[in-house]
Amino acid sequence: MKPHFYRVACLAMFSTALLSGTAFAQMFATSGGNTQFSASTPLENIEAENKKSQVILNTANNEIAIRMNMREFSFPNKLMQEHFNENYIESVKYPTATFSGKVDKAPDYTKDGNYDVSATGKFTVHGVTRERTIKGKMKIEGGKITISSDFEVALVDHNIEVPKVVFVKIAQIIKVKAQYALAPYKK
Amino acid sequence: MLMCSSTVLYAQDDLLNELSKQDSAQTVPVTATFKSTRVVNGQSVETMKKKHLDLRISHRFGKLNSGAYQFFGLDQATMRLGFEYGLTDDLMIGVGRSTSQKVYDFFGKYKLLKQSTGARNIPVSVTLFGGTGVATVDKERDFQDKLYYTAQVLVARKFGERLSLQLSPTYLYRTMPDVTGDEKVLFAVGIGGRFKLSKRVSLNGEYFYTAREKNTVTAPYHDSMSFGVDIETGGHVFQLHFTNSLGMIEKQFIGETTGSWGKGDIHYGFNISRTFSFDKKNKKQPN
Repeated sequence: MKPHFYRVACLAMFSTALLSGTAFAQMFATSGGNTQFSASTPLENIEAENKKSQVILNTANNEIAIRMNMREFSFPNKLMQEHFNENYIESVKYPTATFSGKVDKAPDYTKDGNYDVSATGKFTVHGVTRERTIKGKMKIEGGKITISSDFEVALVDHNIEVPKVVFVKIAQIIKVKAQYALAPYKK
Repeated sequence: MLMCSSTVLYAQDDLLNELSKQDSAQTVPVTATFKSTRVVNGQSVETMKKKHLDLRISHRFGKLNSGAYQFFGLDQATMRLGFEYGLTDDLMIGVGRSTSQKVYDFFGKYKLLKQSTGARNIPVSVTLFGGTGVATVDKERDFQDKLYYTAQVLVARKFGERLSLQLSPTYLYRTMPDVTGDEKVLFAVGIGGRFKLSKRVSLNGEYFYTAREKNTVTAPYHDSMSFGVDIETGGHVFQLHFTNSLGMIEKQFIGETTGSWGKGDIHYGFNISRTFSFDKKNKKQPN
């Protein structure tokens, strides 16, 4: 990144912080977001949870970015976790999953309430980027924004191979649940 | 004016950059140096994770050069049954029973240092291994004389995704060696490694150099050398191999290998490892 960017960014953040007493905060973020997925089949429970998902939302222009480290997905069965990282998601080659896009029909962030929302943008998993619109809910309460979403990811869309001969079968469509509680973002 | 400038600043990619910047100071551990807690016969730097049980069934057949009458060794089988468990993510214990010499073995293994990159750069993994056992085959012996002890410092490095190499300095003490005149204390150095052929299959090899006279009357022994293939399928790891050692515990394959590769004293063998997780706490159902 250009140092120029930081300087202006710092200035912007500083000014935002100054203003936040009087005006509504502009940037909301978390680095402890919860993302779970399930690839379970009737035979086997395959579930994992990432408690360190990062999310940042700019309420001024509705841009949103989500990022998570694949190796932070914790499985009850650690051998599954190892195989997830080594064989399926290849987390050394593709360490993160990201989404960067825009909230489509943005709610009034200054008004408390529950809103049905969707976001459209680039969804990247296993090095494969897809343009997607993902539906979710946004809850605004007391200066905090909670985003939740249930969506599906097809393995084939992201070139995630499942070998034909495995004892543990995994679902071809992965169900994802996300829950992110965003607070005003301070550097 | 301020709103405008920051809108320009935080383009979508910049938001992602902002996130990765926050995340940059992390230490990334290097995982899965080996697929299993064994390279072939010898211990690898890997340990079982907390509350995970590894049920290991290992077989070695007779010598390939024993001819068609013995079905090239397959008529004779020796085995070791092992229960191995992770107390913490870094500390594991295990018990086993071998048919050969009717040995009960007990061991502990501790990950001292873990290879990592990022904020903290550690070039190698170091695991300590300590084991003991009772060879109950000779009823005449005093209990004390049935014992042996093993200590190893396992040092391994994963060189990229495919190649991992390990060095295993070993100290072995037998209270009463099986062959009269054999030393009680034996030093050895193991060198082992694996090369991944595909995501789920790797080629493994290992060699233990023993610091002693070999192939003599007082010590009719050879160094242990083994080659194998690891195949993982979900919760199982299959290890298939060829080795000149019959035993599956350190005392036997490092200390008492009588087979010679040159003469064709090669044993076919396999380990089956099945992992069970008892980590109930983590088993939360997303609903």
